[in-house]
Amino acid sequence: MQRHFDKDIEELKDLLLRMGAMVEDSIMQSIRSLLERDTALAQEVISNDDRIDQMELEIDRRTLELIAKMQPTAVDLRFVATVMKVTPELERIADLAQDVCERVIELNREPPLKAMVAIPRLAQDAQGMVRAALDALVRRDVSLARSVITQDDSVDQQTEQSFRELLTYLLEDPRNISRAIRLTFIGKYFERMADGATNICEMVVYLVEGKMIKHAYGTAHNR
Amino acid sequence: MSARRRKTVSAIAEGLCAVAVILALLPLAFILFYVVKQGASALNWAFFTSMPKPVGEPGGGMGNAIVGTLILIGLAALFAVPIGCICGIHLAEYRDSRFSSVVRFAADVLNGVPSIVIGIFAYGLAVLPVKRFSAMAGGFALGLLMIPVVVRTTEELVRLVPSGLREGALALGASRSRAVFTVIVPAALPGILTGILVATARVAGETAPLLFTSFNNRFWSTNIAQPIASLTVQVFTYAISPYDDWHRQAWAGAFLLVMIILVLSIVARLAVRRLEQMNRP
Amino acid sequence: MTITIAMPSAPPGTAAVREIESGAAKISVRDFDFFYGSAQVLHGITLDIPDQQVTALIGPSGCGKTTFIRSINRMNDIIPEARAKGTITIDGRDIYAPGTDVVALRRRVGMVFQKSNPFPKSIFDNVAYGLRIGGLTDKRSLREHVEKSLIRAALWDEVKDRLDDSALALSGGQQQRLCIARALAVDPEILLMDEPASALDPTATTKIEELIWELKANYTIVIVTHNMQQAARVSDRTAFFMLGRVVEYSDTKTIFMNPKEKMTEDYVTGRFG
Repeated sequence: MQRHFDKDIEELKDLLLRMGAMVEDSIMQSIRSLLERDTALAQEVISNDDRIDQMELEIDRRTLELIAKMQPTAVDLRFVATVMKVTPELERIADLAQDVCERVIELNREPPLKAMVAIPRLAQDAQGMVRAALDALVRRDVSLARSVITQDDSVDQQTEQSFRELLTYLLEDPRNISRAIRLTFIGKYFERMADGATNICEMVVYLVEGKMIKHAYGTAHNR
Repeated sequence: MSARRRKTVSAIAEGLCAVAVILALLPLAFILFYVVKQGASALNWAFFTSMPKPVGEPGGGMGNAIVGTLILIGLAALFAVPIGCICGIHLAEYRDSRFSSVVRFAADVLNGVPSIVIGIFAYGLAVLPVKRFSAMAGGFALGLLMIPVVVRTTEELVRLVPSGLREGALALGASRSRAVFTVIVPAALPGILTGILVATARVAGETAPLLFTSFNNRFWSTNIAQPIASLTVQVFTYAISPYDDWHRQAWAGAFLLVMIILVLSIVARLAVRRLEQMNRP
Repeated sequence: MTITIAMPSAPPGTAAVREIESGAAKISVRDFDFFYGSAQVLHGITLDIPDQQVTALIGPSGCGKTTFIRSINRMNDIIPEARAKGTITIDGRDIYAPGTDVVALRRRVGMVFQKSNPFPKSIFDNVAYGLRIGGLTDKRSLREHVEKSLIRAALWDEVKDRLDDSALALSGGQQQRLCIARALAVDPEILLMDEPASALDPTATTKIEELIWELKANYTIVIVTHNMQQAARVSDRTAFFMLGRVVEYSDTKTIFMNPKEKMTEDYVTGRFG
């Protein structure tokens, strides 16, 4: 039986996806602004963040209304809980993209550091994870979600690698210090985006299977 | 109170109830047994079709009395059913009005009037002026007896119709009388028919009012302006006679009467049951 | 347990009038009192019920919500000793004005009762009842109206092959939808529902709620419900009744997320008493 409640859920899902797409755009543009040293683009990302924040508020409002009016149960309840947990995660990822852009603007005031290897790869991987996490959410695809969660370890390693790479620049020449530190930050930002993607994926598993797998490292669920 | 004592008290109470029920049912059982034993043997086909024979001639039957009883009941119903039903429906619909309580009281009083008094009344009203006993006068007397029974059973059974039906009809823009005649009366129809059956059963066994009104008739008559035979009066006449053969006929007549009333009662009970089922949520 | 409840001391009309939006009111109630004999059961009810929306009346047992909803089609008229004061206007016309045609009023204001009350007639005759007493006799026209009403009440598919069967053979939920179809058949503007799903199982309840949601596009719906969740799910506006007064009347969202009155909050959170 079709319930009018289903329409509300559908709308909520659409909003969440639109927010996801906006966040993805922000990440992509932050990476482009980093690689192409595009200050204007970076500024655009920063100013766009407001729209994402508004979207978060809108989703929150609707979610609370849905709970108050519809008292969702079972899969509906898990969906609503998922939305409530995923939305701030996305908002945080967008904030990180904004942070990346702020660092990019600062970096662009100085000449570029020598060719970076680790950071771009890290950025691509983090962006890929966020996209995959959103895909998993849309399709309620648990196996995709679980594979994203396993990628988190490799992103962590890449972050470590980029840090070591930057450390060599630091030690090489004191004039590199400010740029290297800013880039270290950027690496960290991408790493945390990947963490956000991981959290989203954990919620996807909860949504579909009803199992809460976070904080269960090393157990079978996690793999 | 201990559980044991409670159980003992309960068992005693149940036992007393059972004894009371048996005492109440015993007379009925005896009457049925005796009437069946005495009456069934005297019953044969000729009883239904033949006319009474003069004393000393064996055989004969009560054919004219059976037809007479049917005619009398028919006349009574023709007179009592319209009046009784309309009163009953009114009482059920306007149960709290002053007029209703007057009507209800009148019906109860009429119900309590001894049938012999009703007979005398009908005699004074329908026999004396024309100076002739008639089936009409008998039907009138029986009708008077029927009215209160029809009124009260109709009232009770119309009341059994769920009030939601009335409200449903009113909410659709039906006037009150419209609601009564299109929804409530049709819904209560089995009940109303039951009331009529019960009343019929009640008057089918009446003798006293007929003695002064329809009197008796030894001949075949279907003329309602003439005296007419009836089962009850015939049974009465035969029973007080000194002839064995007539006694046997009286028993057969009694048996037939009991059977008629039994069948009417059972049919009425089934109809009420159907109505009650409709009432369940 | 004895509960003493302080009623908001605002003079009649002030609190609720604030909520009234201009223009959109289908039903306007002003200072409406209702008495059974000498007992006053409604005190100064003042509220506006908007067109094409679902307005829910909630509140504890005996709070007057059923009396109030039955005042809107004057169903209380059949109760002896009942008396109303104040006004209820529908499209600006006072339904308690002398000379009001109650029969015509009830055709404009349909009602569905707590206990489904199909007539002991066929499914077809049930739906056709209101049309027939309204004077419609043409067979084809009757058939069309009956079909349309059953479709609108989401019952057509379940009964189209057995329209001549007794309505009493339907399940409880179907009977209630039949009663809705019967009410819709006379083409009312307002539909009053007095706890329409309280005797139904959850699936049948969901069906009725979905139906209410769909019907509001064409009707002004007022629903009394004991089930707060139901009020939250189906209604746009909610009035909280207590001891014969309207404590709070507002958007359903507001009532369930952020009520202004402490009493409303206690009731909707189940802390009552």
